[in-house]
Amino acid sequence: SFFTTSPRHPGVHLLETVSPALTPLPSAPLQDIRNTVGNIPMEWYQDFPHIGYNLEGKKIYKPIRNKDELDMFLEKMENPDYWRTVQDKMTGADIKLTDEQVDLVHRLQKGQFGDVHFNPYEPAVDFFTHEVMIHPVTNRPADKRSFIPSLIEKEKVSKLVHAIKMGWIKPRKPKDDTPTYYDLWAHEDPNSILGRHKMHVPAPKMKLPGHEESYNPPPEYLLSEEEKLAWEQQEPAERKLNFVPQQYRCLRAVPAYSRFIHERFERCLDLYLCPRQRKMRVNVDPEDLIPKLPKPRDLQPFPTTQALVYRGHTSLVRCLSISPSGQWLVSGSDDCTVRFWEVCTARCMKTLPVGGVVKSVAWNPNPTICLVAICVDQSVLLVNPCLGDKLLYGATDQLLESYVAPEEERVQPVQWVTATMEEHSKGVRLVVQHSKAVKQVTWHGKGDYFASVVSDNSNMQVLIHQTSKRWSQNPFRKSKGLVQCVLFHPIRPYFFVATQRYVRVYNLLKQELTKKLMTNCKWVSSMAIHPGGDNIICGSYDSKLAWFDLDLSTRPYQLLRHHKKALRSVAFHKHYPLFASGSDDGTVIVCHGMVYNDLLQNPLLVPVKVLKGHAMTLDLGVLDVLFHPTQPWVFSSGADGTIRLYT
Amino acid sequence: MGGLEKKKYERGSATNYITRNRARKKLQLSLPDFRRLCILKGIYPHEPKHKKKVNKGSTAARTFYLLKDIKFLLHEPIVNKFREYKVFVRKLRKAYGKSEWSTVDRLKDNKPSYKLDHIVKERYPTFVDALRDLDDALSMCFLFSTFPRTGKCHVQTIQLCRRLAVEFLNYIIASRSLRKVFLSIKGIYYQAEVLGQPVTWITPYTFAHDHPTDVDYRVMATFTEFYTTLLGFVNFRLYHSLNLLYPPKIDGQADVELKPAEGKEYAMDSESYLEKLSALSASLARVVAPTHEDEVEMDEFPVEGETAEQMDARKKEQEALEKHKKLFEGLRFFLNREVPREPLAFIIRCFGGQVSWDKSLCIGATYDVSDPSITHQIVDRPRVEQQVVGRYYLQPQWVFDSVNAKLCLPVVDYFPGVLLPPHLSPFVTEQEGDYVPPEKLKLLAMQRGENPDEESEEEEEEEEEEEDENDKEEEEEEEDESEKEEEMKLKKMEEQKTQSNKALPVKVTAGKLRLEDKQRLEQEQQSEEKRLAIMMMKKREKYLYKKIMFGKKRKVREANKLAAKRKAHDTAVKEEKKKSKKARRA
Repeated sequence: SFFTTSPRHPGVHLLETVSPALTPLPSAPLQDIRNTVGNIPMEWYQDFPHIGYNLEGKKIYKPIRNKDELDMFLEKMENPDYWRTVQDKMTGADIKLTDEQVDLVHRLQKGQFGDVHFNPYEPAVDFFTHEVMIHPVTNRPADKRSFIPSLIEKEKVSKLVHAIKMGWIKPRKPKDDTPTYYDLWAHEDPNSILGRHKMHVPAPKMKLPGHEESYNPPPEYLLSEEEKLAWEQQEPAERKLNFVPQQYRCLRAVPAYSRFIHERFERCLDLYLCPRQRKMRVNVDPEDLIPKLPKPRDLQPFPTTQALVYRGHTSLVRCLSISPSGQWLVSGSDDCTVRFWEVCTARCMKTLPVGGVVKSVAWNPNPTICLVAICVDQSVLLVNPCLGDKLLYGATDQLLESYVAPEEERVQPVQWVTATMEEHSKGVRLVVQHSKAVKQVTWHGKGDYFASVVSDNSNMQVLIHQTSKRWSQNPFRKSKGLVQCVLFHPIRPYFFVATQRYVRVYNLLKQELTKKLMTNCKWVSSMAIHPGGDNIICGSYDSKLAWFDLDLSTRPYQLLRHHKKALRSVAFHKHYPLFASGSDDGTVIVCHGMVYNDLLQNPLLVPVKVLKGHAMTLDLGVLDVLFHPTQPWVFSSGADGTIRLYT
Repeated sequence: MGGLEKKKYERGSATNYITRNRARKKLQLSLPDFRRLCILKGIYPHEPKHKKKVNKGSTAARTFYLLKDIKFLLHEPIVNKFREYKVFVRKLRKAYGKSEWSTVDRLKDNKPSYKLDHIVKERYPTFVDALRDLDDALSMCFLFSTFPRTGKCHVQTIQLCRRLAVEFLNYIIASRSLRKVFLSIKGIYYQAEVLGQPVTWITPYTFAHDHPTDVDYRVMATFTEFYTTLLGFVNFRLYHSLNLLYPPKIDGQADVELKPAEGKEYAMDSESYLEKLSALSASLARVVAPTHEDEVEMDEFPVEGETAEQMDARKKEQEALEKHKKLFEGLRFFLNREVPREPLAFIIRCFGGQVSWDKSLCIGATYDVSDPSITHQIVDRPRVEQQVVGRYYLQPQWVFDSVNAKLCLPVVDYFPGVLLPPHLSPFVTEQEGDYVPPEKLKLLAMQRGENPDEESEEEEEEEEEEEDENDKEEEEEEEDESEKEEEMKLKKMEEQKTQSNKALPVKVTAGKLRLEDKQRLEQEQQSEEKRLAIMMMKKREKYLYKKIMFGKKRKVREANKLAAKRKAHDTAVKEEKKKSKKARRA
């Protein structure tokens, strides 16, 4: 099987076409079939019927081979000479190797010589021997030049001698390695910077050792066991000391410091590898950094202490509102009730179950009308609380009843429904039914109009209603983002709409956008306007409070970061220069916000009091803050179900 | 608007800096050569202010050199020497390969070498500049001078370092400019005031070095190459400023004195010269023989705008300095063989003392142990067998502490075998609010001329006695108290019984008068005001303020921690003392 797989072995003498050893066997026909193609890759004739040309130039045809695999296998099995049959590549004929040829192949395989009779180890015969012979090998007489002095050498030597005589060549001086020193700074010029520039940063000196490095330090500088453990666990770069303080009783006991060479080496590395930079040390007294503000004592009055707690609600109190007289307080809560309180006594005068979470309440700011707007689910209830002067609330009822429906029904975005008898007995007078849930309601200063915010994405987010005519309209044609809250200007016909990041100011008369305020906040939560009408504060969920001066710019005049958590509500006082902000961190911060009539003077903002009291529930603290209309008092409602009054 | 568009990174800081690799390519040097050049020329990387701008927008970590620095290197003649040296090495290797020994000899004779004189002048245009940068040079030379003469680096370098270090020490002795010394666990720190500049260096304790494997000695050797050159020139100048000969010669008189002691059996003159010098016991020869009248009283010129008080203070300081310099004047020390000879001899000589040691210990001993004029013998063994009357036997820390305290401290605490007082660092100057160890307070009081030692000791004793009494009283009181308590309990029980009979849930208790602390209220108000004002700070200022306050608080915390630790330690020691006392009594 070996020969069939490697049939190239006999082709060593391919150039001489066929070697004598491989001459065709006697059984083969006597004609000369020597191939004349030469030493070429025989694959070139693969696709041809012939395999080359003989001496006459006739084609040598390939022997007919029609054996398939099975035939080959059978032949392999049956033919006893199969193992010594090879294919001649040049002729394509099968050749059966003779015994001698097989022997030759075996010898070559073993690495022996092809010729059987060749002896590689014949004894060597030296030509020259170590034995002195009596006759010379050659008998030529010596040259004359081998015994007379060389002229060329003489010339060379004489040249050298001449050079030495002339002093051109001197003997080598032994080199002196010891350095010589002299006064290098004899002519020093302090002004020369010699190539160095003004950016040169001299290397800082090594830190001088402290008491803890002493061989016998005071005992307080030695590390305790825990400190030692902590020191070992720290990264070498993080350690404050690069050694452990040690105490030795006497100088004799002090060992060598094993890291001495390391430290010098590190210093070397620092000197030439460490990037240097000049750093200016801030040398300020921290007290100077604190801004000089007027003392809170000089800015009184402002609420300082908690005076009353109004208890009654069982869930979060989301919203607060106060009557214009300052006598009654209304609060809406998640326990689906609205409660009316007397401010001075903290007594709950009335509880109105409304059957839904109260999102917002607003007392009509007109002192002659006793009416409260309440947002419950998809409707705004207009409630007459029937508190206080009987004449007053009777007049309100009369006013509401005096409504005469217009002759032709107009298309309205909402439905105005008169309350049923049952509701009427509770105090509900009108129900304004919206298509979606209502978020906020706010009155215009005159007490006739009110605006409601619907949580919706369309242009129907903000609606303005007129109570006396029971008529609603949608002021906007397009939605400009999710509206957070809206506000009427106290004096002029302006309307403020706070979306997530901007506050837009619309002129209601001209029906156009007058201003767009950038709040620089992520998400505005609430907004309040200064009673003068020129300043606005915006609270945001990213715990910022932005104060806008509308005359100054559309960007905040100041951004206050007093609170640690999201602001829920902000409020201005009607008369006093105060504003307050309530936040999720459970505090109400009261600030003094003085606005001057002089346009050139900027408003003065000073925080005067941090009021704490509300307990944290559900990660919520204060949900609404509200000022008393006449007194410097502030109300706050919290997630703990209480309302607190600070005076 | 016309004009060409401005391209980025073609002006401004991007063009002022060059990365290390680009610098190397510009100089056509290999990295080791570039490093050597940087070390010798004192070129270091700079940290640009706006790294991204310099890095052309990339934030990859790179080291930047100033372009001006690199341009400055371009003209350096040493760069050519580096290249010559490279060629030399190549030729030499070839000659070795061909076994051409004569060529090897010739090449070795013509080995290219360079001098660093001009670089020293360039880096330190004035002498004061050089003095300011002497710390590292000295520390390195002192370290190298302690290296073994085998392996690690060239023997010549080590010898040169030793020579320069010894010369410098001799100068310090001659000029008496040593100010502070400190025995740390790392080595011995010295601080001298050379021509008004504080120069600090550290020497390792004399032990064989355990040579670390992760240290590149080539870098250190390159540094040392420069430092030796610098130190040589500095020494030359310093010696000449004192009219001393350089290279130093031992004073003829002293030389003669030394001769008979050492005799001929020691070594050849040329060999023992450096050792004699390094013994630090002989004074140096001067160019002009000094006459004592030479020391002219300096005229005083009042500086304008200086008040009389300031002048007085200055004068006092000057006097104190003069006194400090003559601290050991007139004292004769003898060093036992177990104390480190060189540092002690150096310090004592620096402050005018005379010093000697055993003849067999080192060359240059001037007197024997038996000399009756010896006033102090420095000993570091637990007990001394045969004590000679008329001299103090002291531990070496006394010398160091005395130098730092600027006065000869009382010797009681430093007798052999005694528990030494803590050795404090003279380099620490406590600011207000820092922790000051009690030993330092004591020392400061002593310097002011008070003697707190006796008082405190008396106090301590008194305290101890009082405490003893208190203990007894307490024990008695305890007994009394226990009786009282029992009575109280009984009473209470009775009361409870009577109350349960009545069983009334509502009780009226007398109101208590609540006293309002006005001061505290005011403080609270102030702190609230401050808190409110902090709320109004700008963001950046608030950050800075918080950082400063954090640092301050940490400082206070650390000081408190140390104080508490000390207190705990002191009480523990006291208790132990008491215990031992009681045990003794029993």
